[in-house]
Amino acid sequence: MGNLLEINNVVKTYRDFTALNNVSIHIPKGSVFGLLGPNGAGKTSLIRIINQITMADSGSIILDGEELNPKHIQDIGYMPEERGLYKSMKVGEQAMYLAQLKGLSKKEAKDRLHYWFEKFDILAWWNKKIEELSKGMAQKVQFIVTVMHQPKLLIFDEPFSGFDPINAQLIAKEILQLRDEGATIIFSTHRMESVEEMCDDIALIDKSNKILEGNLEDIKRQFRTHTFQIGLETAKAKEVEAKLKERFDVSPADFKLLNEGLKLNVKLKNGSSANELLSFLTSQGQVQHFVELVPDANDIFIQAVNKNS
Amino acid sequence: MQMIFLFKQLIKIVKKMSKLKLIIKREFTAKVRNKSFIVMTFLSPLLMVGIGFLVFFLSKKNNEKVKNIVYVDHSGFFSKEDFKDRKTVKYEDYSSLTIDEAKKKVQDDGFYGMIYIPKQDSLELIASSVEFYSASSPGVGTIESIEKKIENRLRKKKLGTLGIDLQDLKSSEFNASIKLNNFSGEKSSKMSSWIKIGAGAISGYFLMMFVIIYGTSVMRSVIEEKTSRIIEVIVSSVKPFQLMLGKIIGNASAGLLQFFIWGIIIFILSTVASSVFGVDLVEAQTSKLGPEQLEALKQSASESEQLFRELQKLPFGLMFVLFIFYFLGGYFLYSSVFAAVGAAVDNETDTQQFMLPIMLPLILGVYIGFATVINDPHGPISTIFSIIPLTSPIVMLMRVPFGVPWYEIAISMALLLISFVFMVWFAAKIYRVGILMYGKKPTYKDLYKWLKYKG
Repeated sequence: MGNLLEINNVVKTYRDFTALNNVSIHIPKGSVFGLLGPNGAGKTSLIRIINQITMADSGSIILDGEELNPKHIQDIGYMPEERGLYKSMKVGEQAMYLAQLKGLSKKEAKDRLHYWFEKFDILAWWNKKIEELSKGMAQKVQFIVTVMHQPKLLIFDEPFSGFDPINAQLIAKEILQLRDEGATIIFSTHRMESVEEMCDDIALIDKSNKILEGNLEDIKRQFRTHTFQIGLETAKAKEVEAKLKERFDVSPADFKLLNEGLKLNVKLKNGSSANELLSFLTSQGQVQHFVELVPDANDIFIQAVNKNS
Repeated sequence: MQMIFLFKQLIKIVKKMSKLKLIIKREFTAKVRNKSFIVMTFLSPLLMVGIGFLVFFLSKKNNEKVKNIVYVDHSGFFSKEDFKDRKTVKYEDYSSLTIDEAKKKVQDDGFYGMIYIPKQDSLELIASSVEFYSASSPGVGTIESIEKKIENRLRKKKLGTLGIDLQDLKSSEFNASIKLNNFSGEKSSKMSSWIKIGAGAISGYFLMMFVIIYGTSVMRSVIEEKTSRIIEVIVSSVKPFQLMLGKIIGNASAGLLQFFIWGIIIFILSTVASSVFGVDLVEAQTSKLGPEQLEALKQSASESEQLFRELQKLPFGLMFVLFIFYFLGGYFLYSSVFAAVGAAVDNETDTQQFMLPIMLPLILGVYIGFATVINDPHGPISTIFSIIPLTSPIVMLMRVPFGVPWYEIAISMALLLISFVFMVWFAAKIYRVGILMYGKKPTYKDLYKWLKYKG
């Protein structure tokens, strides 16, 4: 499958400050793409450029094979981090207004909204004002107005902030379903556990530069250290540890084991394999625990950012 | 091929227009449904008419109170003939008493005041030595009318000693009434000057009020979008410029509706009130005019037919067209600045530092209008300020009824148009950057920086 969005060599400066320095990112069609980075890295600048709120100084952006242009407004749904609705406007009216601004006809807007309101079981709120709703309720409405015009590209900036766990779960499910129905999703966050859960691909932006991009699994493989966490029940713990040190890099580990025993992190050296380690261990005692320490998104994030600075 | 291209362009424009229409509609309904708007619309005409009538009744009641004044004449020149009783002032002659006796009696009997005319050697000395005693200081009107009575009697005495008959003197007085003509032979009168001033002043003042009330309301609506944080959602759907324009037009429409309703309510209320209470507003106003103006009114009443002809000669068509032009031009010019200010700040308290430069030219315009246009509609100050864009909407509107050379109007309109376009561009730039800036109270330097941002 091709890319829905291609960002090529985008530069954005604000007088004396460079927000984006020659950033190129390619977002595959039908994926959930994690746009990660510390605060102030340039994520919001990039998202605003994609939304045509601001313009890049140079570089090109191709959406679905076409240079980005005002017509694409209706192909994009955007839920900004700083979000809100007109407080004294009624829910239904407000949603209708925003839908029509996105180019839907009155009838289309009404049909789609009814579909979503029924789905979330909130039709009863139609004539309520936003100020009468709780924050979580308002967030649901916000989600609906972001997705109702069925855009090709959905951009969520910190979508779960302000949601309680139950609603966050609901929204996460909806996002994944939208992806399965063909939408491409950009997911900007620094909450790494949700990245792990949702993203197929990621890009990491730090200090205005893209420092990492690709399929999440591939990146994990790149960052793999071939370290195993082992737990061994044996009478001659000291002896085994010494022997291990001869062949592998060994460091102490701390985790829970049912029966007390030897607990270590063992890093394979060049040329050695996991099987070698495992067969050695089985010859020394009862193996209780044997897990590869695969870096999670959080580790990758911290490592990459530290390396960059 | 070309047809298709044109067609596509047309669709684009219509689409943009339809978004603008949506925004205008939303701004309009949001404003009109606002409770304070509804209250203001129906309450303020009631208040205005109510206060008007209250003031009228109070001043009438006040005038009905009778003042009892005593005069003590030791010169022997004055009599009851000079101090005739009137509806609101009654005089009593205590000339037989000494000043101290009179003072005591006046105080004991609760008189309003006492005039003391001492015995002097000459009329001139009497004129400068009359005294008035009262518990609290009397009104200027009362004193002036007493002074007039004394002057009249002294003049008669003097004329007598000079051997001049009063009738002869009267017949030697002339009342010149200058008929105003311009070189194309059109006649006009002082009365029509008053009408011109009135028409100009009302439109100028109206414009200022409108700009302040609805410009501020545009500003508030921008701030509301910032504080409710919906702004980023909106600008991902429409261009900030469209949003700003929609706001300005939407608020103006709500404002025009409000003014229209005010006009109707005030008209109905004053008709009803005057028929119920038997108060004639015109009479109420003329009763406040001085004798000279009354004289002018009386004269004009006899010339009412001519006045009517003159009124017809006033450039109503031009006045109307120019009113619309300057009204819209002035409103758009100022409200785009209001929108920019709203975008630059996070809350209303931060707007203070930017308000003065907006209000200053408005107030200056009205001030110049009232101070100089009325006396000298074609003088250098009036002319200059009716051409400078920020004051021209107000000052030019005030000048127009007096007849302004076409080239001055043309220059003034062209400048207003240019500065309007420039100001909207300028405001849109600040607006576009400002709406996405949070947390910092901007300085003028920041605004300058924002102007330089690209795209």
